[in-house]
Amino acid sequence: MTSSALLTIILMPFLLLALATVLTWVERRLLGLWQDRYGPNRVGPGGLFQAVADGIKILFKQDWIPPFADKGVFILAPAIGMMTVLLSFAVIPFTMGIGIASNLNVGLLFILGMMGLGVYAVVLAGWSSNSKFALLGGMRAAAQMISYEVFMGLSLLGVVMMAGSFSLHDIVTAQAGLWFIIPQCLGFAVFLLAGIAETHRLPFDLPEGENELGAGFHTEYSGMKFGMFFIAEYAGIVLISSLVTTLYLGGWRGPLLPPAVWFLLKTGSMVAFFILLRASLPRPRYDQLMALGWKVLLPLSLLNVMVTGTLLMLRASL
Amino acid sequence: MFNTLRTLLLTALHAFHRRATVQYPEQQPYLPPRYRGRIILSRDPDGMERCVACNLCAVACPVDCISLQKTETDGRWYPEYFRINFSRCIFCGFCEEACPTYAIQLTPDFEMGEYARPNLVYEKEDLLISGTGKYPDYSFYNVAGIPIPGKARGASERERPPVDLHSLLP
Repeated sequence: MTSSALLTIILMPFLLLALATVLTWVERRLLGLWQDRYGPNRVGPGGLFQAVADGIKILFKQDWIPPFADKGVFILAPAIGMMTVLLSFAVIPFTMGIGIASNLNVGLLFILGMMGLGVYAVVLAGWSSNSKFALLGGMRAAAQMISYEVFMGLSLLGVVMMAGSFSLHDIVTAQAGLWFIIPQCLGFAVFLLAGIAETHRLPFDLPEGENELGAGFHTEYSGMKFGMFFIAEYAGIVLISSLVTTLYLGGWRGPLLPPAVWFLLKTGSMVAFFILLRASLPRPRYDQLMALGWKVLLPLSLLNVMVTGTLLMLRASL
Repeated sequence: MFNTLRTLLLTALHAFHRRATVQYPEQQPYLPPRYRGRIILSRDPDGMERCVACNLCAVACPVDCISLQKTETDGRWYPEYFRINFSRCIFCGFCEEACPTYAIQLTPDFEMGEYARPNLVYEKEDLLISGTGKYPDYSFYNVAGIPIPGKARGASERERPPVDLHSLLP
């Protein structure tokens, strides 16, 4: 292992955590922009240090564990949420050279596995909190994330078929001529929706729907444990955005500008899109969410797999 | 589907709208002259207190935040103390409407924040201003038929001298 790879491994978590923290500010400013107001603009230049102020505040809050909670699991749950998201970044190729294990030959499967494990964070949080709202939120989260994981994997099959590899690096390389968003537009749409549901962001934030569940699975959490859920959610947004960039938008590829800038630009605009979704769309009912998943998106992703497979077969036989 | 995309577009276009927020401490809002803010006690053009301690404001006040006590010097009535508890005041302006002498008036000033609650109780010295407020020429004792030192009975504006009951002349 070279020293630069080691440096990347050490620096990456810090960068990601800082990025996720800054994202809280970015989201609030962007929401403000789209709602004709300012958002936090007092602390530091443009309000940038609001993120720092919030971090300091949340660190000094009382970190209370309810006496009725299952203490061990209660503490473990946010850690799982954080770890799975951060580990997923290991296989993302940021540029040709930068990336921890972007050549991993089962990179995509690794990410899917980490997302599967991420369900445990919310489920265990809801279960160990030992209260109604948290349990309901955890249950919803489990049902939502497991069902959306099914066709998230299926929608990715098209990309894997076209690239002929599970390695994210190879997938980006295969997009040299044409970004996969064009031949795989159906898969892209399904993956994007599934990604929103996976990070349980609005409009699919039913696990924490505050008007019916208090705060859902993290109702009983306070202090930095709540902060970890919070940061994990924002890191999850960055993860899904960078995944979309890698899988469908050609990763670091692009003319003129250096690769890292292209990657950041694409990921950043995806993050902005996530925030735009939050600014504009209402939350669906829970059965609507499930119906959309199983009755619309699952058939669509199956269709995508079928069409892609057929076309690839035809092209190979010609 | 189309509706959702349209919603997204319309929300995104809001980025180019003017923001509704007023950046308050730097950007002061316009307050009309009749804005109901901090309450003051005004003086008449001669610099005397207008308040005659009639208690009508205290009666009109729906939250009972005004407290005063009458005293008298040379035929003129004054409040011995006049106290407004601004932590109770709802700035309804009923006191101003009730006041027969234009003494109590509401001003376009609302920046009265305090760190300690007792500091919100304003005494007469805090309420009295040196000017006449909204009614520059009005002086209660010049139009009321009450004799005060320097003004005999019947010497007020638009007042005839009192009728001499013992005279037979018209």
